[in-house]
Amino acid sequence: MSKMESQEQLKPLQKKNNPEKHPYLSLFWEFFKIGLFTIGGGMAMIPQIQQVVVKDKGWLSEEDMLDCIAVSQAMPGVIAINSATWIGKRIKGVRGALAGTLGVIMPSFLIIILVVTFLGAIGENRWINGAFTGIKAAVCGLILVTVVRLGKQMLKSVFQWILAIGAFLAIGVFGITAIWAILAGAVLGILYNSFQLSRASAKEAEQEADCTADHERAEAAEKQEVGK
Amino acid sequence: MIFVYLFTMFFRIGLFSFGGGLAMLPLIFQSVQDFGMMSAADFSDLVALSQVTPGPIAVNAATFVGLNYAGLPGTVTATVGVCLPSFLLMLIVMKFIERFNDSKGIQGAFIGIRPITVGLIASSVVFVSETVLINGPLISTKLFSSGAEYFNLIPCILFAVTIILVGVFKMRPIRVMILMGIAGAVLCG
Repeated sequence: MSKMESQEQLKPLQKKNNPEKHPYLSLFWEFFKIGLFTIGGGMAMIPQIQQVVVKDKGWLSEEDMLDCIAVSQAMPGVIAINSATWIGKRIKGVRGALAGTLGVIMPSFLIIILVVTFLGAIGENRWINGAFTGIKAAVCGLILVTVVRLGKQMLKSVFQWILAIGAFLAIGVFGITAIWAILAGAVLGILYNSFQLSRASAKEAEQEADCTADHERAEAAEKQEVGK
Repeated sequence: MIFVYLFTMFFRIGLFSFGGGLAMLPLIFQSVQDFGMMSAADFSDLVALSQVTPGPIAVNAATFVGLNYAGLPGTVTATVGVCLPSFLLMLIVMKFIERFNDSKGIQGAFIGIRPITVGLIASSVVFVSETVLINGPLISTKLFSSGAEYFNLIPCILFAVTIILVGVFKMRPIRVMILMGIAGAVLCG
């Protein structure tokens, strides 16, 4: 029904460099699909976001996606909604944020209503449990592949590698809450950046000093020549 | 009035949920009990339901509780309540970030945050694998001592196949998930 309609309307949009005809609908539908396959925690969204939002649609850059994930994690609230709001807002303002958010929550909303209305509460169903086990295993692999790709693209300096490995150890091994790692990253980033900037400006000042020294020497030489 | 209750209760849950996922269930249970709206049996139904439905647990809970206590209007009220804090807070933060985007402070902060996020995503592989691939914590000595029974064989195979399909054959995430869902239903069901 509405699914097929939106699919048909989206087809012409698949061509690259074609302006979106129905940006809100497109946002809603892409986030509907993302919400439908958010199984095994909020991080299951990332491979899909990377594929659709960054690669297929080119809506965001890799950097912007990482910023989105970091802020969504660090802020209170539901991660899926946080990131849908961020991406929607970036693409189409507040209304875009609304379209993305509605899209991402709609699958769970509809499925819960359908299940409770027609099945009562759900008991153990071995097929569904099996399917979810399979999907969670896939999510594991998907996140791994995504993080390898991201690492290849984003981690270029020693400083970046140290932060990434440190964050992995802190969160994944020592069980530190993600917010603290993100805040620490922010502080270290600010320090590193101001250090780099001051080093750059020091170099510039040095070069300038060299220039003026050369200039003075040249002037002095000229004067001497004139004196002769 | 029940709608006001539902809205406030889930607004509070939405506002104070950090970290997401199953970590939120105690908070949800406590808040719902404070309002005297949920029995332990209902709660275990909710947990079971959240395990086998996609989407954020907070949204699942809001839809479920709202529907049970006040029908369709209730479920809409509760779901809007749980989403609103995230939505509004994010808009405010983005406004702030966009305004100070050119400042050295914000730019520097993100220079540090981006690599951290890569590490964060990597660590989520550990957490997801602990719910499906292995029995117990991934990084422990059991990994070597208890050997094969420590691993869930079929999920591990599906995990390896996923990596090949996505890493080598560039298959799209949703297709892989559908495929592995079917494989899981057949092999683990």
